[in-house]
Amino acid sequence: MSLLDLTIADASTGLRRRAFSAVELAAAHLDAIEALNPRLNALITVTPELARAQAEAADAALARGEAGPLAGIPLAIKDLFCTDGVRATAGSRILGPFVPPYESTVTANLRRDGAVFLGKANMDEFAMGSSNMTSAYGPVANPWRRRQDRDAVLVPGGSSGGSASAVAARMALGAIGTDTGGSIRQPASFCGIAGMKPTYGRCSRWGVVAFASSLDQPGPFSRSVADCALLLRSMAGHDPKDSTSADRPVPDFVAACARGVRGLRIGVPREYRADGMAGEIEALWRQGTEWLREAGAEIVDVSLPHTKYALATYYIVAPAEASSNLARYDGVRFGMREEGSDLTELYERTRAEGFGAEVKRRVLIGTYVLSAGYYDAYYLRAQKVRALILRDFTDAFAHVDALLTPTTPTAAFAQGDRMDDPVTMYLNDVFTVPANMAGIPGMSVPAGLDGQGLPLGLQVLGKPFDEESVFAVAAAIERAAGFDARPTEIVA
Amino acid sequence: MSLDPATIRRIARLARIHVEADEVVRLQTELNGILGWIEQLNEVNVEGVAPLTGAAQMALKTRDDVVTDGGDAERVLANAPARSGDYFTVPKVVE
Repeated sequence: MSLLDLTIADASTGLRRRAFSAVELAAAHLDAIEALNPRLNALITVTPELARAQAEAADAALARGEAGPLAGIPLAIKDLFCTDGVRATAGSRILGPFVPPYESTVTANLRRDGAVFLGKANMDEFAMGSSNMTSAYGPVANPWRRRQDRDAVLVPGGSSGGSASAVAARMALGAIGTDTGGSIRQPASFCGIAGMKPTYGRCSRWGVVAFASSLDQPGPFSRSVADCALLLRSMAGHDPKDSTSADRPVPDFVAACARGVRGLRIGVPREYRADGMAGEIEALWRQGTEWLREAGAEIVDVSLPHTKYALATYYIVAPAEASSNLARYDGVRFGMREEGSDLTELYERTRAEGFGAEVKRRVLIGTYVLSAGYYDAYYLRAQKVRALILRDFTDAFAHVDALLTPTTPTAAFAQGDRMDDPVTMYLNDVFTVPANMAGIPGMSVPAGLDGQGLPLGLQVLGKPFDEESVFAVAAAIERAAGFDARPTEIVA
Repeated sequence: MSLDPATIRRIARLARIHVEADEVVRLQTELNGILGWIEQLNEVNVEGVAPLTGAAQMALKTRDDVVTDGGDAERVLANAPARSGDYFTVPKVVE
């Protein structure tokens, strides 16, 4: 088997048995990046020297018998994470010249455990988007193509589109991203891989460029559920530098993948049966419940009555937080500057030139909903609806251990589609946003193909800090689905 | 509620984003589209519901009030678009 096609677990075993070296594994992936990245644009910055140095260090640690759990594993890092001495753009022009002088906690944890960083993954600007079309560094291509329309280039989803595309295309064994409204789960579903958004607070946000601080959460991508568990184990943990980071032990997520679902109660929320959902997605969802029933779970109908309001609530809360977080980009301390005749003009010109259209829209909406006279009507009201969305989940989880839903209402769409009207693009995240509003963990697992041969994901949602049940259910679906389809655009 | 051109300009000023005259009309259409869609939240009965500010269902931690970092002007200034010695520089604010 090609080194590019391994799971992280198998690559770790191979490295420990000295079947191949970390340097060979990194070189194989750097070659794949060289061959594919010009077409897919999944990485904004490739870091071959860093990768080789880390791989050499991993080989030395393996030889000493002191290797960390991720020793020699090549990963792509979403360009939202600050990486010491390596440019971090957040997909924005305004951060084009920014080279962070420090390392995010999550990437520091991955380095501690021996991971190898191949480069920084492309993304929607400031993580605002569901298609990767808003990146200032160009769109990312999904390595999958439709059977009947091979020429149409499809989006990988967003905002962590580069991370998902790189893993699906075998340019990396795994990747990390962030999920504010579905930015891990939706691209995982579109690219036919696994992606996990942990409970809010499970991973530190320190050193992650902030979009909406009460929603943002880092998480892993990989080609198997157990690999996501392995990555999360390294990423997670309490960090005094993030006051919302949870001070609780990190369980053995990999062990949870083998638990099975016998005796678990799985809820199927009736409100997710949205109008206009593709028939094959509804069929796959039904199939998913059958798989879990056959594996010994009990399927229970549940109601989450405020589901339909989650998206509108999100588009008040997230822009409000973004307008505040993005105030720091002023052309004075870091990032690009556009000169002006006075300080106000410098600010206004820098931000007009530095931000793209979607970021400007959200900053303006956020500024408006927080402005005097409108705060109560919009922002305060949204926070109250958010409380009701959380209450729905709390009530449901009194009766069930996890929930099963589709990840997205459709498969991947073509680049340029759904660009006419911002709200049409926002509707992509209808099934993923509620988990962010409530802070609960969620995972997308590839479960099948649609009639055009495109991957479709199922989403598992769990109780706060019960990622273990999410992994157990997702792994059961993975075993039953036996998803082994491969995208068109790969080297391996 | 519908935003008029003057309100668009006022919000852009508050957000410190320069907006050209020809952008105002486009922004007006887009932002009104988004706000119109958001109006659906008025259907929800939020009587007596306490607002939820965040997803972290725990008390925020405190720490000892001591300096844990700093004293590294060079690294802080390394990304400055313009500097003079250990200072960031901006256009003259006071005549």
